[in-house]
Amino acid sequence: MAVIVLDRAPTLTLTTRTVRRGRRAANTAATWVIGVLFILALVPLASLAWTAFSRGLARFDTDFLTNSMRGVVGAGGGALHAVLGTGLITGATIALSVPVGIAAAIYLVEYGRGAFARTVTFLVDVMTGIPSIVAGLFAYTVFSLVLGPGARSGLAGALALSLLMIPNVVRTSEEMLRLVPDDLREAAYALGTPKYRTIGKIVLPTAMSGIVSGVMIGVARIVGETAPLLLVAGYSDAMNYNLFSERMTTLPVFIYQQWKFKGTDVAAYDDRAWTAALMLIAFVLVLNLSSRLVARVFAPKTR
Amino acid sequence: MGTVLEDRASVGQASPPGLRAPTPGRPMRRGGGTERAGDRVARTAATAAGATILVALAGVGLFLLARGLPAVRAGQGDLPEGASSFWQLAGPLAFGSIWAAALALVFAIPVAIGVALFITMYAPRRFAGPLGAIVDVLAAIPSVVYGLWGLMVFAPMTAGLYGWLATHAGWFPLFAGQPSATGRTILTAALVLAVMVLPIIAAVCREVFGQTPTLAVEAALALGATKWEMIRMAVFPFARSGIVSGAMLGLGRALGETMAIAMVLSPTPFLVTIRLLGNTNPNTIAAAIAQNFPEAYGMEINALIGLGLILFVITFVVNYLARRMVARGARQGA
Repeated sequence: MAVIVLDRAPTLTLTTRTVRRGRRAANTAATWVIGVLFILALVPLASLAWTAFSRGLARFDTDFLTNSMRGVVGAGGGALHAVLGTGLITGATIALSVPVGIAAAIYLVEYGRGAFARTVTFLVDVMTGIPSIVAGLFAYTVFSLVLGPGARSGLAGALALSLLMIPNVVRTSEEMLRLVPDDLREAAYALGTPKYRTIGKIVLPTAMSGIVSGVMIGVARIVGETAPLLLVAGYSDAMNYNLFSERMTTLPVFIYQQWKFKGTDVAAYDDRAWTAALMLIAFVLVLNLSSRLVARVFAPKTR
Repeated sequence: MGTVLEDRASVGQASPPGLRAPTPGRPMRRGGGTERAGDRVARTAATAAGATILVALAGVGLFLLARGLPAVRAGQGDLPEGASSFWQLAGPLAFGSIWAAALALVFAIPVAIGVALFITMYAPRRFAGPLGAIVDVLAAIPSVVYGLWGLMVFAPMTAGLYGWLATHAGWFPLFAGQPSATGRTILTAALVLAVMVLPIIAAVCREVFGQTPTLAVEAALALGATKWEMIRMAVFPFARSGIVSGAMLGLGRALGETMAIAMVLSPTPFLVTIRLLGNTNPNTIAAAIAQNFPEAYGMEINALIGLGLILFVITFVVNYLARRMVARGARQGA
């Protein structure tokens, strides 16, 4: 591979002496430009991380984690209602999208042949590209048809997020199921195991660690979604335990809300927004890291 | 096989199960085992899940069409922002979406290529994984956080630079006009967008750069090429279609991005301009929907849904082209 070539750099230094100056200058310039571009890409990340930390820690206290914004004007208050909303909506999204996603992946890998399977594959690709705000509009049209215009609920938010998460789950599950060696399937068939039991007892358990890790990455992606929830779940200042009615705020929407509807005490609102942002970033990073861990630790032992 | 294909394709549609039940003990076409009741249930369930995806997407198209179409015939007074017709609203917004996304790509593509080259060709192989993971963190950060950062940290930093550019390079059409004092311009929004799509493009580039045939790399070096010449002669020609499709995927993401733009940009309705630094800026479709929807009612909602449909169609076309290029590139590479 390319590494071997790079490791042979010492032998190349002999020839570089004969390289004409212009070519060597171009090479040096390119090396610098590429290095600078890489650092340039990390500057926003560093700035963002620093801001989230320095400003977010101001309100990272027990008050923030145990209070809602009900009746709060100015300083104080917290994001408990948003944490609750995030938990409920994310849970509902997982419940809606994981079974459908995994079943669709099983269909594509184990059963699907011909035009219909090709269509589903194509549509999953299309679905990955749906802008999140369009998913929100769709959920709105569906729910307003049933409940009338202006209806807001956590469930509608979960429907919109499912539309964004299903293609993720299908893609990663499909990839993992295809990695399961056919030998395992054939060994099961040879023992007279029906296909559905082969899938349930052999194929799925083998692929499970990869699927779980894929689902976790999918959750990390939808948990930060704001736009669709802004449309269909709305914002609220109070706790709402009921997914099926009334407005429900999530952490990302809470951030938007704190910025959008500032009172006179601007700093209090900004601090709350950054604290919520810090929590959200931390949560997303933990999910990403633990998904890598799950994939590694629970991977089927090959030898 | 032909009949088998049709047979499989029609599973899950309303064929009466009684007619389809194979006799017990009859060997399956693929794999083995026997088709039992459990098998039939499993197959129907899996196929139904596949059909759900089809139904959901058809639903998105149909619902948006049904609710959006009335807005096309709506007149003044019914539409958001006092527009006199749907197209007066949609035209400038479509321009804004494409303009902002194109600008973002102009910034993101070179940086993404540089990042991918650095990770695959320059950094020690040992660090390639961790460095890639750090760049991927950029993709994991929620867009609303980017919005907050762009608005409170980045935009104020740019305001001074914009003033300087407008004074000294104001003759250049892109920099003309009264510069924004807050920095909340289309250029700032596009730069934030560029940061967000960068990891997507970089990931695709990393993958195709890593697949450069070793033979070509070694041949170039053996002929005395410098590293940069090797990259130009061996890596870039091989990776061209991959870079383009990565850029298209980034474009799709940039077009649909909502919150960062809705928060960073300070828009002016119905404006079409290529000026980057002005205190009046065109808005994008996605941002306009997010800004107007919470307070919209009646026909305004239909108009916003119609805008959503336009955005859906644009991103659909872009993503379709990107996927097709990825598929073709993979076939050529194989």
